[in-house]
Amino acid sequence: MAEKILMKGNEALGEAAIRAGCLHFFGYPITPQTELAAYMAKKMPKVGGTYLQAESEIAAINMVLGASAAGVRAMTSSSSPGISLKGEGISYMAGSDLPGLIINVQRGGPGLGGIQPSQADYWQATRGGGHGDYHILVLAPSTVQEMVDLVSLAFDLAETYRMPAMLLADGMLGQMMEPVSFENVPEPRRVEKPWAANGHENRRPHNVINSLYLSPQTLEDLVVERYQRYQKVQETEQRAEMYRTEDAELVVVAYGASARIAHSAVMQAREEGLKVGLVRPITLWPFPEKALKETLKTAKAYLSVEMSMGQMIDDVRLAIDCRKPVALCSRTGGMIPTPDEVLGKIHAMMGGEA
Amino acid sequence: MIKELQTIFAGFGGQGILFAGKVMAYCGLLEGRQLSWLPSYGPEMRGGTANCSVCLSEEAIGSPLVVHPDALVVMNRPSLEKFENSVVPGGVIILDSTMVDASVTRTDVTVYRVPASELADQQGLRGLANMILLGALYKVRQFCSLEHLEEGLKKCIPARKAHLAEGNAKALKLGYSLV
Repeated sequence: MAEKILMKGNEALGEAAIRAGCLHFFGYPITPQTELAAYMAKKMPKVGGTYLQAESEIAAINMVLGASAAGVRAMTSSSSPGISLKGEGISYMAGSDLPGLIINVQRGGPGLGGIQPSQADYWQATRGGGHGDYHILVLAPSTVQEMVDLVSLAFDLAETYRMPAMLLADGMLGQMMEPVSFENVPEPRRVEKPWAANGHENRRPHNVINSLYLSPQTLEDLVVERYQRYQKVQETEQRAEMYRTEDAELVVVAYGASARIAHSAVMQAREEGLKVGLVRPITLWPFPEKALKETLKTAKAYLSVEMSMGQMIDDVRLAIDCRKPVALCSRTGGMIPTPDEVLGKIHAMMGGEA
Repeated sequence: MIKELQTIFAGFGGQGILFAGKVMAYCGLLEGRQLSWLPSYGPEMRGGTANCSVCLSEEAIGSPLVVHPDALVVMNRPSLEKFENSVVPGGVIILDSTMVDASVTRTDVTVYRVPASELADQQGLRGLANMILLGALYKVRQFCSLEHLEEGLKKCIPARKAHLAEGNAKALKLGYSLV
């Protein structure tokens, strides 16, 4: 068995990125993500990589754009208010068909909000976060080990589909320590990058990386081509974990930290003989519609558990074509729901003791 | 041996609250348990109140945030006031009686009053009241083998601070012998 060590989620993300071959980190400090940047500051010089604290979040994301354009694996990390600042750069990366990893260790909002865990950036992440017609890949880990595993997947998918990937975590996952192993991290997928703007000693015509297209027809063609790629992503890259959904009459849907809490509540409900299951989306974009549709065979109702006022609930409704009622169990502002709260909602919905 | 234990460590920033929790977490790792360690973060690290949740279990950990602790280790009065009522009936409260002059009002929990800070000063273990309290907790809730307790502590002390290992181990043993 692989030896396990204890690491904070934030630090594990940093180590996972280095092991995934990312040697270029550009960031700007913000709680509750700072340990990730600090880890990179310590480690990057030792592995021959770049750690650069930019003058702002906007600068950092544009450095990622530049490094990705040169064909190397590059990343940035921040927390909610900082991610809003990066929105412009993310849109430019999408418009330039560039891969790259953006990590959001979410905190309460809007505005500067607070520093406690939140999932209120779901809409921002899954709808792209910046202007224009585009998507980014969004992955949502729920354990420190999964943070490690999804970092390498995020890079692989981003390069395969030439689009930015976001890893959507939260302050709880970033700050907590759990046993983690790096031994099963797969080798980075080798993706050819004939588009990269790197040195070639005049052996080929030079590549131009750009997101400005003044001809509407050219721009439409590009966006349509991009959407064909997005469709392929939606068809092939949906990921979700199913727990006791095979006969579930009530299907709880939760991701990330909320999924851990929901899982405890579902386990308790099952012990009481209630037919409850859990769908845990691992990809938030593409949203795991197939997994949700599967549960329609037995489900009479759904319950979305979120640390937001109800954002993913929209995607749950869309995934099941609004064919069953979808209720919400929510805390926000940095408050974390308890398993008892979720169980109480399950009882209320299933007509058991409240 | 105890296999399921949810613990809150609480006190002022600088008392080694997070470190005590980390030692316990490493003991759990060596014991092959599922575990989580979750600190309070932000301004707490700079002198305010600090606390951390440690879960040890045979099963995967759901919420790492402990809401109803089986054990509460308290190093200041505000933390006792904050967490006293959250302890499960039958649980334990271990408090540093040098730092906490208030008494526990609960009658359905077992309370151990350990003058940890005073003892630490007397024994040349200044700053190690946290380990004395962890030793006391270990005595009443044996969450790992004695071997893993010692090993877990070692794992938490970085090489550049190796000279502190002996004092920490002594403080753990002192706490163990007190209750």
